[in-house]
Amino acid sequence: MTDTIVPPPAPPSEGVATNVIPGSGKQLAWYFLYGTVGLVAIILVLGYLQQEFTVGNINQAAVDYETNSINLVLSEEPPQLDSGTATDSVSGMLLGHVMEGLLRYNANDELIPGIAHDWEVSEQAARFHLREDAFWSDGTPVTAHDFVFAWRRALAVETASQYAFIMYPIKNAEKVNRGELPTEELGVTAVSDYELEIQLERPTPFFASLTAFTTFFPINEAFYKTRGDNYATNAEDLIFNGPFSMVHWAHDASVRLEKNPYYWNKDAVRLDAINFGYILRDSEARLRLFESGAIVFAGIAAENLDKALEKRWLIKEHNSGAVYFTEINHRPERLTANWNLRRALQLVNDPVELVNKVVKIPGFQPGESIFPTWIKGVDGYFRDEYPMKEHVPNPVLAREHLAKAMEELNLTSPPTLTLLSGDNPTSNKQSEYFQAHWRKHLGIEIRIDRQIFKQRLAKMQSGDFDLVLAGWAPDYDDGLTFGDLFASWNENNRGRYVSEYVDKNVRIAQNSTDPRERMEAFNKVQHRIYDDVAIILNYESGSLYVIDERVGGVSRRVIGADPDYAFAYLIDEES
Amino acid sequence: MTDQSLSFKPISIEQDAEVLTRPSRSYWEDAWYRLCQNRRALASLFIVIFMVLFAIAGPWVWTKDPAVQNLDQTSVPPWANRAYEIAEPYTPMVSPPPARTSTATNQIDEITVLGEATSIFVRLQWSIVPNASGYQIYRNIVETLPEYPPGVPLARIRGANETFYEDRLDLRPRTYWYSIVPIDDDGEELGPLSTLEVDVAPSTTIDDAEKRGWLDPDKTYQPGDTVYSPFAPLGTDYLGRDLLARLMYGARVSLFIGVIAPFLFVVMGILYGSIAGFIGGNLDAVLMRFADFVVALPFLLFMILFKLAFGVDSESSGIIAMLIALVLLSWPATARLVRGQILQIREEGYVSASRLLGTPTHWLIARHMIPNTLGVILVTFTFAVPSTIFTEAFLSFIGMGVEPPTPSWGSMCNDGRKTMETTPHELIFPAIFISITVLAFNILGDGLRDALDARMRAAE
Amino acid sequence: MLTYTLKRLLQGVVTVWFIATVTFFAMHALPGNPLESEKGMSETIRANLDKKFGLDKPEYVQYFTYMFNMVKGDFGLSFKHENRSVNSIIRERFPVSAILGILAIVFAGLGGVLWGALTAIYRNRWPDILIIILVIVGISVPSFVFASVGQLGLVFLNRFFGTTVLPVAGWGEISHMLTPALILGLGTMAFLTRLMRSSMLEIVNADFIRTARSKGVPPTQVFAKHQLRNAVLPVVTVLGPSIAGITTGGFVVENIFGIPGLGQYFVLAVQQSDYGVIMGTTVFYGAFLVFMVILVDLLYAWIDPRVRLE
Repeated sequence: MTDTIVPPPAPPSEGVATNVIPGSGKQLAWYFLYGTVGLVAIILVLGYLQQEFTVGNINQAAVDYETNSINLVLSEEPPQLDSGTATDSVSGMLLGHVMEGLLRYNANDELIPGIAHDWEVSEQAARFHLREDAFWSDGTPVTAHDFVFAWRRALAVETASQYAFIMYPIKNAEKVNRGELPTEELGVTAVSDYELEIQLERPTPFFASLTAFTTFFPINEAFYKTRGDNYATNAEDLIFNGPFSMVHWAHDASVRLEKNPYYWNKDAVRLDAINFGYILRDSEARLRLFESGAIVFAGIAAENLDKALEKRWLIKEHNSGAVYFTEINHRPERLTANWNLRRALQLVNDPVELVNKVVKIPGFQPGESIFPTWIKGVDGYFRDEYPMKEHVPNPVLAREHLAKAMEELNLTSPPTLTLLSGDNPTSNKQSEYFQAHWRKHLGIEIRIDRQIFKQRLAKMQSGDFDLVLAGWAPDYDDGLTFGDLFASWNENNRGRYVSEYVDKNVRIAQNSTDPRERMEAFNKVQHRIYDDVAIILNYESGSLYVIDERVGGVSRRVIGADPDYAFAYLIDEES
Repeated sequence: MTDQSLSFKPISIEQDAEVLTRPSRSYWEDAWYRLCQNRRALASLFIVIFMVLFAIAGPWVWTKDPAVQNLDQTSVPPWANRAYEIAEPYTPMVSPPPARTSTATNQIDEITVLGEATSIFVRLQWSIVPNASGYQIYRNIVETLPEYPPGVPLARIRGANETFYEDRLDLRPRTYWYSIVPIDDDGEELGPLSTLEVDVAPSTTIDDAEKRGWLDPDKTYQPGDTVYSPFAPLGTDYLGRDLLARLMYGARVSLFIGVIAPFLFVVMGILYGSIAGFIGGNLDAVLMRFADFVVALPFLLFMILFKLAFGVDSESSGIIAMLIALVLLSWPATARLVRGQILQIREEGYVSASRLLGTPTHWLIARHMIPNTLGVILVTFTFAVPSTIFTEAFLSFIGMGVEPPTPSWGSMCNDGRKTMETTPHELIFPAIFISITVLAFNILGDGLRDALDARMRAAE
Repeated sequence: MLTYTLKRLLQGVVTVWFIATVTFFAMHALPGNPLESEKGMSETIRANLDKKFGLDKPEYVQYFTYMFNMVKGDFGLSFKHENRSVNSIIRERFPVSAILGILAIVFAGLGGVLWGALTAIYRNRWPDILIIILVIVGISVPSFVFASVGQLGLVFLNRFFGTTVLPVAGWGEISHMLTPALILGLGTMAFLTRLMRSSMLEIVNADFIRTARSKGVPPTQVFAKHQLRNAVLPVVTVLGPSIAGITTGGFVVENIFGIPGLGQYFVLAVQQSDYGVIMGTTVFYGAFLVFMVILVDLLYAWIDPRVRLE
C-alpha cells in the first residue's frame, strides 16, 4: 500500500492571495454605490409602508414648551381601558387620567370631591350629590344614571369583572354578581340626575374611599350602546369625563392624552397634553430613553442607582404601599403546617439585611407587620398607635425550634422545602438570597420552583408549594384590605391559614364602625399573624424614580392612578 | 523488463527508484491532516478543548462554591478593596445624645457623625430646627452641589426633635455626601440643604465575617483586627458570589446544553433523514411533512410543558427539560439536510456502479452513504453548537432559562446587562466566554468543512 | 407540476391543522389558565369569567368551536387584551415585524455580499481584517447583549452630537427602524460575509474564470459577470431560510427597542397563557413556515431542472 502513487496535497491556500482580478476593487466601489442607492430606495419604501401600518405615531421631546406637553413611556400595552373590567396598574393609571369617579385623591392621598361635590356615608346608606358642571367629552352631562349603569354592568354576570368583589358592600351586589338577582335589584338608585343613593349590605366605614376606585367609574350608557363589544378597544370607542381625553391609541406603540375641555375642573389642569410616545417592557431601555432626553419619568432599580447619582439626575422615592412576605402553606399534609418549623424559618429571617443588602433601595422598609406604615389608625397612623413587637433574628433559638420540628415530624435531617418563585429578576434574586440564607442558618435545602406568571398563580391556587414569595397591594384606603387577607375565607389566603381568632377579629373589623374597636381588632390580627407564623414578613415596598427637573406636580400614590400626571405642570424655563 | 528495442538500463533491485510516493491516507486521515494545516481551526479546536476542561476540571482547581453569597462584596470588580476592620458587634443606638438647636429657622447648622462612619452603619445627628415638622435626608456619591439635585432621598423623619438617623443601606467603603433639610407638614423643604462629607471605612462585625466565611477558624479575633474577604479573580456578582466559580459552573450548563443537545438532535436528524432519503417514496413524503409540522411547533410552549412534566428537580435545574425540548423540536433541519444528501448520493455514478456490481445494501450504506454525508453532518453539528448556546442565552433573557441558583453563561449575561454601565465586569466576562466559545465552534466548523470537502481544498 | 403543487398545498393544510391541534392541547395541558389573576377570585367571579371566555365547556367542545372558527378565518379574542381580536393583532402587528425583517434581510444580504467581496479582494489587508473583526463580533455576541450595548451606543451618539441623530427606541419614522434592523440583521450579515468571502476565493480559481481571462475578456467584466455573480449563488440559497428566522426572531430587538411587532406577542402570549394569541400566532407562523417550505421546493424545481418532482 505504501508505494502507491497519490497526488500531492492541495497547494497551500496562501497561493490564492495574488489571484485577484485586476480592477475588481474599482468595480466593487461602483457596486457599493449602487448598493447604497438601492438601500436608500428600499429604506424609503419601507419607511412609507411603516407609516402606512403605524397609525399616526407621535414622538416628541421629553418636555415640549410649545405644545405645553410632556412625553412618557408605558411599561406595557394597556390590556384594557374598560373601567368595569380593568385590573392592572397600567390601565388603572391611564383610566385615572381620563375618567373620574365620585371622589378622587389629592396629592397628599386625601379624599377630595370628584364628580360628587358632597357626600354622606351612614351605617346603612351612602348619598352622593353630583356637580352639575361635569360633562362627558361629547358634551353630555355626567349624571347619577351613568353611575347606576356602570355599577350594574360591573356586577352583571356576563361582564365577568374580576374586581366585582370590591362592590360587594353595596346591597345585593354579591347576589347580582352570582346571577341570583337581576341587576335592577342592586342597591343603587339615581334619586335625581344629580343625586345618587346607595344602600349598603353591611356597615362600611370606608365606602367613600371605594368610589375613587376604577371599577366605580361612570359609563355613559348611550355611548356604550353605540359601541357594544368594541367598547374601550380603541381611543374612539371611549368617552371621557376626567381631566384628559384620549385622542390617540396606537396599540403597542403609543397613547396620547389631551386636556379635556369638558372637564369640570379644567382650570386646575395645567398641561395641554400627555404623550406616551413609547411602550417598552425592558426597564433598562426605559432608563436609556430618559437618559437620551426622550421622556420625563423612569423608574430605577438598585443596579442603576449609582449611575443616576453620577449623572446627577433628580431622584425621588415613593412608598408604594404594598407589603411583601413569604407565604407559607398551612395545608395539613405539608411539612410547613408544623409551627416549630415555621417559627425556625421566621427566627432566622432578617428583613433588615434583606432590605439593606439585597433590595438596596431606599424607601423599602423591613417588614414588621402585615399592616404597612401608611395605614391610618384612630387619629394618626395605625402602626404608631399600635406598634408591632420588634423582630430580632435569633439563629440559635431557631435551631432549637428546628430540632423540635424534626422530632415532631420524625425527620432525621433538616427537610427540603419548595420555594415557588416568579420568573422576574427581582424574585429570582430574592429567592436565591433566601435559599442561601436558610441553608446557612438551618441547613434547610430550598428548591426554587421558578414558574412563569400564570403557572405560578395556578400552583399557588392549588397549594403546590411550601413557601412562595408574595406581596399584597391595597385595593382601598382602609386597614381591612390587609386585615382580612388571612381570614379563612379569603381567596388570597393561598396557604390556607386558618385561625378562628383571626377570623373573629376580621369580622369585628368588618362590621364595626367604631374606629377604636376596629383598630384593636387589627392589632390582634397583626400580632397573631406574627405569633402563628402565618406568613414571614419581608418588606414594605418602595420605589425610586428619576424625573425631569422641568416637570412639577406629579403625584405618586398608594391607591389609585400612579403616577398621576393629571395636575402636573412645566416649570418655566429660566430666563 | 529487458526489452532490447529500448535503451533503458535496468536498475538493480537494491537501488531505490525515484520515489514519488507518500503514505496513502484514508479520507479521514487526509481530512485530519488538512485540519491540522489550518492554524485557525486548530487554535479553535484547542479553545474548545480548553472550555471543556474549564467546565469539567475548573471547579477542582478553583474550589470556590459558586452559591456562597457575600452580601458585603456585591458586584465588586477584581481589584476591589478586600481588607475589613473588625468592629464591635452591632447594637442599635437606643438613645442618642441630646442635640443642640440651630440658630437659623430654616436650616440645620451642624451635622455630626456619631462614632465612626463604617460600612456597617453611619450614625448622623444634626441640630434641631424647632419650627420644622421633620427632616429629609439625602445621600450622594458625588459631591452635592447647590445647583444639582441632592442625591438619593434616603429617609424622611417626622418630628422636629428627631434629629438622629442611622444609615445602613448598602454602605460601601467610599465617600458619601449626606444632606439634611428641615421640612414642613406637607413635606416641602423649608430652606437650603446642609451637607456633610463622610468617608466610610470598610468594617465588619465578627458575626458577619463569620457568616460570610472570612474568618480562619483557628484564630481568635478582636475588634480592630483586619480580615480579608475572599479574593475573586474576576470580581463578584449581584449577590457577592465569585464570578470565576460561577463561570465554571455556568460553562457546565452552557456547554452541556450547547453540545449534548445538538449532538442528540443531529443523531436523530441523521436517522430520520437517512430513513426518509433511503427508502423514499410515500414514506419519505409523510416523514418530511411530519418534519415540517415539528418545525412549526412553538418551542417555548413545549419547553414549559416538559419542565412541568419533570417537576421541580433540584438536580437538573430544568436543564433536562430544556434539553428534551431542544432535541425534540430541532432535529428537522438536520433531517432535511441528510435526506437531501442521501438523495443526491444515491444518484451518483459510483453508487450506481457499486450497486450494479452487486454490493449489498448495508455495505452501500456503510461504505458510501455514511462517509459521504458525515462531513456535512459534522459541519452542521459544529454550527448547531453556537446557535444552541445562543438559544440558551435567549431563554435566560426572557426569564425561562435554567433554575437559579444554577448559573449559565446566558443568565449571567442577562444579569450583567442591567449593570453594564456601573459594573461592566458582570457582563463582559460571561459575554467573552460565550463569544470565544461560539467563535471557536464557528471557525472549527469552517475548518472541518474545508478539510472534509475535497472541492473546498483550494478555497481557504 | 400543477398536480404536485396542489398535492403539496393540500398536505400543507393538513400540516397546519396538525400544528393547531397539537398546540391547542399542549396549551390546555399547562396548569393554570389565562384568567388566573394575582388577586384571588371567588367562585362566583371565576365562574363568570369562565363563562364569558367559554372555558366552562369541556375541552373537546372548545377545540371544535375553535377549529370551526379558525376555518372561517377567525382566531378568536385575546384573553389578556380583552375585546381585541387576535385577527386584528396579527393584522396590525405582523406588517411591523415584516417591515423590520425585510430591512434586516436587505442589510444582511447587501452587506454580506459587498463586505464579503471586499474582504476577498483585499484579502489579508486592513479592510479585510477590519471587517473580519466586525464579523466576529456579529457572529459571537448574543443578540440581547448586542441590542443593549447598541442602544447604549445610541445614547452616547446622541449626546455627542447634542441632538437626536438616531432615536433610542420607538417606532413610526424611518430613523426608528435603522438601528433595530441593523442589529437584527447583523448575525446573518456576518454569516453571509463569511460565506461570500470563501465562495469568492473559491471561484477566482475556477476554470471558467481562467478561460474568460485567457481569451481576453476585460477584467472588470470577468469580475462582475463571472466571479461575483457565481459567488452570490450560495449566498442566495442561504438567504431563504434566514428570512423566516429573522421575521420570527425579532423578540429581543422588539422588546428592547419598543417596536410594536408580532415577535413580542409570540413570547408574551406563552408567558401569559393567552390562549387566543398563542393559537393565533402559532398557526399563523406555522402556516407561514409550511408554505415558505413549499414555495422554496417549487422554486428549486423551477430553477434547477435536475430536480424532479415526484
